[in-house]
Amino acid sequence: MIEILTSAAFNTIQDLGRHGARRFGVSTSGAMDPVALAAGNALLGNDDDAAGIEIQTFPFRLRFQADAAFALTGADHATTLAGSPVRPWWCKRAGAGDILGIEAPRRGARVYATFAGGIDVPRVLGSRSTHLRAGFGGLEGRPLQAGDVILVGRREVAGRFDFGVAPPDVAIVDAAPADDRVLRIRVMRSGEYDLFSEAMQATFWSTRWKISAHSDRSGYRLTGGKLTLDTPVELRSHGVVAGVVQVPPAGEPIIQMSDANTAGGYPKMAAVIQADLWRLGQATPGSFIAFSEVSYQDAVAAMAPVNDYLAGLRAVAELYRAL
Amino acid sequence: MSINQPSAPLVGTIEKSPKISLIGTLAMLVEAPGDFDLVQQGRIWALADALSCWPNVQEAVIGVTNVMLVFDEPPADIGMLGASIVELWHRVASRKADGKIIEIPVIYGGELGFDLPAVAKHTGLSARDIIRIHSEGDYTVCAVASSPGFGYLHGLDPRIHMPRKSVPSLNMRAGSVTIGGMQTGVAALTSPNGWNAIGWASVVMFDALREQPSLMLPGDRVRFRIDRIEL
Repeated sequence: MIEILTSAAFNTIQDLGRHGARRFGVSTSGAMDPVALAAGNALLGNDDDAAGIEIQTFPFRLRFQADAAFALTGADHATTLAGSPVRPWWCKRAGAGDILGIEAPRRGARVYATFAGGIDVPRVLGSRSTHLRAGFGGLEGRPLQAGDVILVGRREVAGRFDFGVAPPDVAIVDAAPADDRVLRIRVMRSGEYDLFSEAMQATFWSTRWKISAHSDRSGYRLTGGKLTLDTPVELRSHGVVAGVVQVPPAGEPIIQMSDANTAGGYPKMAAVIQADLWRLGQATPGSFIAFSEVSYQDAVAAMAPVNDYLAGLRAVAELYRAL
Repeated sequence: MSINQPSAPLVGTIEKSPKISLIGTLAMLVEAPGDFDLVQQGRIWALADALSCWPNVQEAVIGVTNVMLVFDEPPADIGMLGASIVELWHRVASRKADGKIIEIPVIYGGELGFDLPAVAKHTGLSARDIIRIHSEGDYTVCAVASSPGFGYLHGLDPRIHMPRKSVPSLNMRAGSVTIGGMQTGVAALTSPNGWNAIGWASVVMFDALREQPSLMLPGDRVRFRIDRIEL
């Protein structure tokens, strides 16, 4: 078991999301950086979709009430275990009584703490992810707070746990941003792209968009340009998925993220490809992004390096644990 | 990358094909052509029923005269898939609103129906007339979306249409019976809400722990009954 000692707002239990319940109006929730969560689980030999803690407000501190192996992935952060530094993208064994303290990231937005055996909270509609708006999943459907005690890793996990891996933005060659100040995000055109004038389309591609302070797990609001239609359209309410770039009448685009509403009706300019959603999940309010267009085939192909990275990491972790 | 299917097999009738577009590699939106009506909506229900059984379809998410397919994996041949869906659309029979009938007892007006006076002012009707018109309606659940268990209800009498608020009420209670534009609904969660509250009902619209979590499902019919009037 672990006990939460310090947690500011909006740190939650998440897995890879609640799929198949959109038809009941239930958004997927799930880790904003699914690659980091899956990597943490792979380091520990967990299933990919075991639940971890998504930490997005800092500092965060917890105490291990029993021996347990854990991993920290996601944003580049400074952490200590019982006073000694722990590197990011590393797994370790903690002893009963050890305190894990995670400071604000130097780069990136979200740190994932995963535990061998996973976090043991009930699955609701097939997932352990916290659905904050409706108040179910995770721990009582709410953010973690000081004093919470969470059951982790009920099965005994054998092997060595003291190794790490290169994070995906280093390991996956084309994921490294060419310009450190602007994150390149690959998108496909979506439903209403053609309704925008050539000038507006050009603005969409050329603008250095700033992720506004009014951005969270539901969506990122972008500022820096205005995209307007010559003739406004009113779409009937329809399903949307994370990554869709919608343009409300005011003209500043919104990218829907993990906690997004299941439905939308604003014109859809584009959709972030699956292979880049995790990178967007690590982008902080105030940082800049720019969009590049890819074809459907390229978007599908872009997932191969991500899947290869996770598969390779899992294989290496199995070797290390057996040493 | 939107792919429209301009020509479908013509069998006696000439009807436009649905618009098919992608939202990334894992979602495809199918939008029925033409205006909203319950026949088109019924075809969407039937299409969604059929498509949800297709391989690689994780779920078919019904909207207002549209359905979004969510895939397990990116489809290998998007063009072929789109063509198959268009072909199915042209031969699928509209499903009637043949779901269950949900009766909802409403406490109209009062503390939780705080927008009733504004609706009266906007429509020029008395509060009692609004309550009578609203409770005499026969409503159809077109889709469940937006928040868990929230049904998009069709069938609101045009006399009591009322635009959504520009500034949402901050904490509208779950169970609030509301009017938003040409639609009426029952708030499923306590949350900010831009619709106009005219009453409240003690019904659980959504329970994540139930096998069937949403009370309302597409194709259900809803009747509001006057439980009490507080003016």
